[in-house]
Amino acid sequence: MQKLLAFSIVIFIGCRKGDKIVPPVVTPVDTATITSPVNGFYLLNEGSMGTNKASLDYYDYNTGLYKKNIYPSVNPTVVKELGDVGNDIQVYGSKLYAVINVSNKVEVMDAATARRIGQIDILSCRYITFANGKAYVSSYAGPVQQDPHSPAGYVAEIDTATLQITNKVTVGYQPEEMAVVNGKLYVANSGGYSVPNYDSTVSVIDLTTFQEIKKIDVAINLNHLKADSDGDIYVTSRGDYYNIPSSLSVIDTKTDAVKKKFDIAASNLCISGDTAYIYSSIFSYLTNTWAVSYNMINVKTETLLSGNFITDGTEKTIKMPYGVAVNPVNKDIFVTDAKDYVSSGTLYCFDKTGKKKWSVTTGDVPGHFAFVLARK
Amino acid sequence: MCVLVVLFTTALKAQQRDTAKARELKEVSVIAPKPVREITPGQKMQGKDLSRLNSLSVADAIRFFSGLQVKDYGGIGGLKTVDVRSMGTNQTGVFYDGIQLGNAQNGQVDLGKFSLDNMQEIALYNGQKSNIFQPAKDFGSAAAIYMTSLKPNFNTGESIHLKGTIKTGSFGLFNPSLLWQQKISNKVSASFNTEWTNANGRYKFRSRKDDGYDTTMIRKNGDINALRVEGGLNGVLNGGEWSTKLYYYHSERGLPGFVANNVFRHVDRQWDRNFFVQSSFRKDITPRYSLLLNAKYADDYTRYLAPDTAALYVDNHYHQHELYFSVAQQYALTTWWNLGLSADFQWNKLNADLRDFAYPTRYTTLVAAASAVYFRRFSAQASVLATIVNETVEKKTAATPKREYTPSLFISWQPFTTPAFRLRAFYKRIFRMPTFNDLYYTDIGNSFLNPEFATQYDAGFTWTTTFSNKIEAGIETDAYYNEVTQKIIAVPTVNQFRWTMMNLGLVKIRGIDVKAKANWQINAVGVSTRLTYTFQKAQDYSDPTSGFYKDQIVYIPRHSGSAIIGTDYKKWTANYSLLYTGERYNGKDNVPENYMQPWYTSDFSIGRILQYKRLNIHLTAQVNNLFNQYYDVVLNYPMPGRNYKFIIAVNI
Repeated sequence: MQKLLAFSIVIFIGCRKGDKIVPPVVTPVDTATITSPVNGFYLLNEGSMGTNKASLDYYDYNTGLYKKNIYPSVNPTVVKELGDVGNDIQVYGSKLYAVINVSNKVEVMDAATARRIGQIDILSCRYITFANGKAYVSSYAGPVQQDPHSPAGYVAEIDTATLQITNKVTVGYQPEEMAVVNGKLYVANSGGYSVPNYDSTVSVIDLTTFQEIKKIDVAINLNHLKADSDGDIYVTSRGDYYNIPSSLSVIDTKTDAVKKKFDIAASNLCISGDTAYIYSSIFSYLTNTWAVSYNMINVKTETLLSGNFITDGTEKTIKMPYGVAVNPVNKDIFVTDAKDYVSSGTLYCFDKTGKKKWSVTTGDVPGHFAFVLARK
Repeated sequence: MCVLVVLFTTALKAQQRDTAKARELKEVSVIAPKPVREITPGQKMQGKDLSRLNSLSVADAIRFFSGLQVKDYGGIGGLKTVDVRSMGTNQTGVFYDGIQLGNAQNGQVDLGKFSLDNMQEIALYNGQKSNIFQPAKDFGSAAAIYMTSLKPNFNTGESIHLKGTIKTGSFGLFNPSLLWQQKISNKVSASFNTEWTNANGRYKFRSRKDDGYDTTMIRKNGDINALRVEGGLNGVLNGGEWSTKLYYYHSERGLPGFVANNVFRHVDRQWDRNFFVQSSFRKDITPRYSLLLNAKYADDYTRYLAPDTAALYVDNHYHQHELYFSVAQQYALTTWWNLGLSADFQWNKLNADLRDFAYPTRYTTLVAAASAVYFRRFSAQASVLATIVNETVEKKTAATPKREYTPSLFISWQPFTTPAFRLRAFYKRIFRMPTFNDLYYTDIGNSFLNPEFATQYDAGFTWTTTFSNKIEAGIETDAYYNEVTQKIIAVPTVNQFRWTMMNLGLVKIRGIDVKAKANWQINAVGVSTRLTYTFQKAQDYSDPTSGFYKDQIVYIPRHSGSAIIGTDYKKWTANYSLLYTGERYNGKDNVPENYMQPWYTSDFSIGRILQYKRLNIHLTAQVNNLFNQYYDVVLNYPMPGRNYKFIIAVNI
């Protein structure tokens, strides 16, 4: 007598669904403002390096809707989407320019729809700024000077009508953000690849000759650079993460000399009207600790204002502030939280008194804003 | 090829002699001491089962085990590491011929570097090998993989074995190897094995979206040129055995890197040179007292070059040294009660030409005390491991000394009179030390780190049976709960290019492993089938305020499985194997942007044995990824589509 026991194991392999274009996540965050002079803004999420997750979000004032990750559905035929590590975004004329660092390109889109127009190939491109129909893009990949393994940086001049590179000028090492004041381009040089021999200069480029006319010695490891409306340049230094602290310096563009240095930590800033909104997230390798702070400076009087531009305590929930922007019309303040840099971030919107209006989930590592103004 | 259902039915008959169990005891690994009475046997693949797969590396074969995921960066030279039960690669110990392969620098052992060419057995143990007579190190990881190389085994009248193999096929592969085994005396034999792997590593891959882009590209800079040489002596003693082994591996490879928009080629390269010498001696000194001695010296060199000056130019050299000694003892108090005591000492040093490098040295002392009881229907083992780690550095701050005591308990119970059905369970708490990179890597390392702990609870059963002496079948199922606490994770500092390491993670893992096996003999046709299924719910509990709280952790599928069906008919062999990995996420948030599709690949091979005088020739043709499915295991590291392999092996 045999007692038989039968059992089956079924491995069921379901249909492999098609790999679909990921549609945007649409979140209503605020009431629609039909007559807003600002149509909306783009938020560029960097995405962690190697993940190819640079992504574009758009907030539309006319509908009050926040659309996360709009690029793939608008541009489904672009191979591997927007790219790897979005580093800067700006609107100029009718076009939207996104600097995608590791993808070695500036993605040029229609500012109204984010539809791709073309791309400008620039190795290790970092930031973009504009003047008189030209775009200026900083890049780490300039000509070799002394060290064959550490090339100098350069700035490319691009005709915004043809999207062709028309000129190049060599600047300092690992150049970062730029601004144009009175026909001169100011470039923050970091030297971040030659630790501990950081660069400490701002290159001054005469835009008519496109030659570097001066290097202003400011502080080591420069990063963000913004112009105010009185012809001053504010430039942040990241310090060396050990003994030399982060700081913020002011350059007078009439004399091209440093006229003031604020001994406050400054990771990034946004100047709107007479106020600079500054945050810092500083890490010390000596103590393995962070210090996050928020400050304001009156750029007319060049004085540090007391208090924080976030006034309702929301800053306690922000783990890693990574971007700041101010609506040029209603002065709403936007702060992004990159959290752990490998997960979705959060965008906070505060009114001009620093009270939270809304917040929304963004792509990974949100950091860069471009406002779209209504056409007159 | 939308729905594939593999229906596997086995007829099992109760009340049979436990032949499978008896065989388990016989096939104990080579160096492993005797008497080995494992309370819970590991998952094993050996001999014919291994050769059926015709895989190149251990990593390719171990994918067919349940309860683990192979992290595969693709291609012949791509890094392949194993994550057992979602506890992380660093929690898995890898042992080669009885002694652990160390990597104090980053804690990872690339199983893609270990060839199947000379492998006799691969075994995976959850928790640890439940044997008390073993080095203290064998108690020291959350899961252990044992790779055992072919040991000479001569029939009467034989004194030499020679085997030459050539593998070729896709990826520009040229892979010859030679195995030579020589009987020196009745008690001593020698073996020598060498293998050369050369491939351009190129393969087509396709990237596409529905109603969107669709492009096919060639994966470049995945070339490899590797030479492996190993040789050893094996001897038997009165009541014991000894062995000594030399190993040398040298390789240069391209690192094909990630694929992103506008980035389809990388130029990074890596050179590796690994050398070790190890010896083992075991003897039953008295009928009650047994001794096992092990020693090893390893020298590992890696050069990493990123010559692209448009990005950051990097040319780093790392040099590691390791010395290891172990004394293990067993004392049989009674026929059913054994005691074990082992003590290991290990010295590790890392030199690197990084700026401000710490030049760390680590001194590790491990002492394990264990006891086991064996009854006819019940056995149990308890152990406690003491680990003492001290470090010194030449620059900066050394980590504080660590002292940890970690217990384990394994039990096995036969509830009925039939030995065919057994229940088993284990509990283990263990940790992994932060690696030298975690602690000291310039600008990233954090010497304040604590060890990362893993706690495991497991319960399961095994059932084996035979039917009419024609069908042997068995099934093993385990359910488990694991917690990884103080998980060492990279966290950013001021921007995404500057990181540091912190003890911040908490992962809770609930899972089920199923393994089923059946061997059939139908007239002249032998059929061997093997199925695995793995369910894992591995949730991130690190931060209740985060958006990914309780989300499934990165790259761990809920469902995965494999099937192998092999047949022999006279001089022909055929083998079909299937791997399935379910949907998973490539980011911490389980959101659509991070979703990865399931993938499943089918491999098929056919072989023929030819006998020509004294020559035994084995020809094999294999097609892998038969249905040409394109997939990534690791995001933006595309895997090959359909590819081919041809093998000719000649035995004398």
